[in-house]
Amino acid sequence: MTENDKIIDNLTQGEYKYGFTTNIEQEFSPLGLNEDVIRFISEKKNEPQFMLDFRLKAYRYWLKMKEPAWQKVHYPPIDYQNIYYYAAPKNKSKPKSLEEIDPEIRETYKKLGIPLEEQKLLAGIAVDAIMDSVSVATTFKEKLNEVGIIFCPISEAIIDYPELVEKYLGSVVPYTDNYFAALNSAVFSDGSFVYIPKGVRSPMELSTYFRINASQTGQFERTLIVAEEGAYVSYLEGCTAPMRDENQLHAAIVELYAHKDASIKYSTVQNWYPGDKQGKGGIYNFVTKRGLCEGENSKISWTQVETGSAITWKYPSCILKGKNSVGEFYSVAMTNNYQQADTGTKMTHIGEGTRSRIVSKGISAGKSDNSYRGLVRINKKAENSRNYTQCDSLLIGSECGAHTFPYIEVENNTAVVEHEATTSKISDDSIFYLNQRGISTEDAVGMIVNGYAREVIMQLPMEFAVEAQKLLAISLEGSVG
Amino acid sequence: MLKINNLHAKVEGNEILHGINLEINPGEIHAIMGPNGSGKSTLASVLAGKNEYEVTEGSVTFEGKNIFEMEPEIRSREGIFLAFQYPIEIPGVSNANFLRTAVNEHRKHKGMEPMEAGDFLKLMRERAKLVKIDPKFFSRAVNEGFSGGEKKRNEIFQMAMLEPKLSILDETDSGLDIDALRIVSDGVNALRNENNSFLVITHYQRLLNYIVPDFVHVLYNGQIVKSGTKDLALELEERGYDWIKEEFKTI
Repeated sequence: MTENDKIIDNLTQGEYKYGFTTNIEQEFSPLGLNEDVIRFISEKKNEPQFMLDFRLKAYRYWLKMKEPAWQKVHYPPIDYQNIYYYAAPKNKSKPKSLEEIDPEIRETYKKLGIPLEEQKLLAGIAVDAIMDSVSVATTFKEKLNEVGIIFCPISEAIIDYPELVEKYLGSVVPYTDNYFAALNSAVFSDGSFVYIPKGVRSPMELSTYFRINASQTGQFERTLIVAEEGAYVSYLEGCTAPMRDENQLHAAIVELYAHKDASIKYSTVQNWYPGDKQGKGGIYNFVTKRGLCEGENSKISWTQVETGSAITWKYPSCILKGKNSVGEFYSVAMTNNYQQADTGTKMTHIGEGTRSRIVSKGISAGKSDNSYRGLVRINKKAENSRNYTQCDSLLIGSECGAHTFPYIEVENNTAVVEHEATTSKISDDSIFYLNQRGISTEDAVGMIVNGYAREVIMQLPMEFAVEAQKLLAISLEGSVG
Repeated sequence: MLKINNLHAKVEGNEILHGINLEINPGEIHAIMGPNGSGKSTLASVLAGKNEYEVTEGSVTFEGKNIFEMEPEIRSREGIFLAFQYPIEIPGVSNANFLRTAVNEHRKHKGMEPMEAGDFLKLMRERAKLVKIDPKFFSRAVNEGFSGGEKKRNEIFQMAMLEPKLSILDETDSGLDIDALRIVSDGVNALRNENNSFLVITHYQRLLNYIVPDFVHVLYNGQIVKSGTKDLALELEERGYDWIKEEFKTI
């Protein structure tokens, strides 16, 4: 081991900061999964019949499906009968105001740096906080209501706005889409619902904070964002979990629906517990995220900074149906120790003049494995569409892996598709150069990595960008040389 | 300020420096000349603390402290600066961000508070003038897409920002046209005072017309074989290195 490898090693061995557990009384569904458990969940949530039917259809479909195995990640078989599909903080009655929330839960979010008291919030961000399966608080609801924006837990939306939910739920990601989408559709318990009416620009960033607390549970949230004609919204998602020896499954679905001239910007800073240095424990993050640019000139932009989870397996995608619609995907995926990531995007060009842009930055350290997998598909009728893909990998140390699987399918010869890819290592010369200016090796590596990821981080809203930069440096602790 | 005593060093198992002796006092400018492969850049790298160079014998003290007990970043903070022969590009990291981090590390080392953003910007503007660097450079990534001459100027700009006690210029003149050479030399001369010192490594006498040394040393086969005043540089320019090689071929 060279001196630099040792330093990298020290650097990447940083501890996970959010690994604490909250002691609150929880209510669980019976262990395992069957139709009764689904009925239990639906009943707990006082759902209308259409939801129960949706869930049962999905469940029955899921039973016939096989878990996929094409991805470049490895994990022991998941025992779906040994998971609790519903866990909720026990609360006799629903809190009517933020003050009525269990103090333990408030404390949890305080520790995570997510204050739930509206007056203390960073100006301009509304938060929906979700612990295990249920939403515990949504802030700034009233202020948003004034302009007609609906921002609430999806469980509430199902009851208060059933016609909207029924219309859009599953319209972008049908339950038949894939194994985990079917499972999610059957058992999802909460998530956020956002509806931006015609011509409205959301006056603040909307944010959901996901927290897994209970052990041996799966978290299956469902997020649905609908932007009507000419609407704009920027939405942020953050996530953490306690440190546990067992692996926990997180299989969410995010659906974005953009009408004519609407624009949705979706940012994620994902920091689920990645497991310990030997690779024990951690979250399996198997998520389906997809946006539909339905209307002309609509735009959907995904930005993700992925540093957590034992296994990350997701491809936030865009279906570019509307004429001249735009899809973007900006990603930084960092893996360390024994983490595995197989992530990327799908851009499906259906409409004329559609454009997409993909910027993916992989960073691998330790013994981790990091894959980019992307599909750019230009359909027959997508005249004059364009795609630009840039796909970079950065290796730290000599025991990690980086892989790129770009797929390009073009059926229209007026399309222009560009793909650029690079692989680089942090060189000893770069580190020495910064050392010679008085910067320690740890800081030098943090600086180089942040510089490398800058193009993506700049896409994040300010508060998140700062957070993401710190997160990259922390996640690297013990890894750089 | 700097005392090098019988310094031996090797890289990848080959000894390159075979016993260097040199003393530099505050306010002095020393030039080191010598043919290719004589060990000039090795000496610079050893002083700055580059990893792959192994010191096998001898000692180097800087203001009385053993530099081999200091990590490269500590040597920097103590006041040793190396202007690189081949400056490194750091994509995505702006010059301003990089320099601010460096300057504040130096300040922290001296027990000083970090610099206010406004003061820092003022200092950058002021020092940039010394080497005729456009403030537009501040937001550009460190050395990325810079021409050879811009990179060298940027090295001297960094030197001006960090105000080192000892600056080692490793072939800073290589690849510079005459105008750039003048700008770089003017920068060095503006920073020169009775408290700081320079070790100028070069192939050519030309640079020494602009940065006038107090002493000139000839490095050959890993040893200083001849020392003199600036006239020695002129003699080398005229006669080349062959007579030195002839004289010391027994080494």
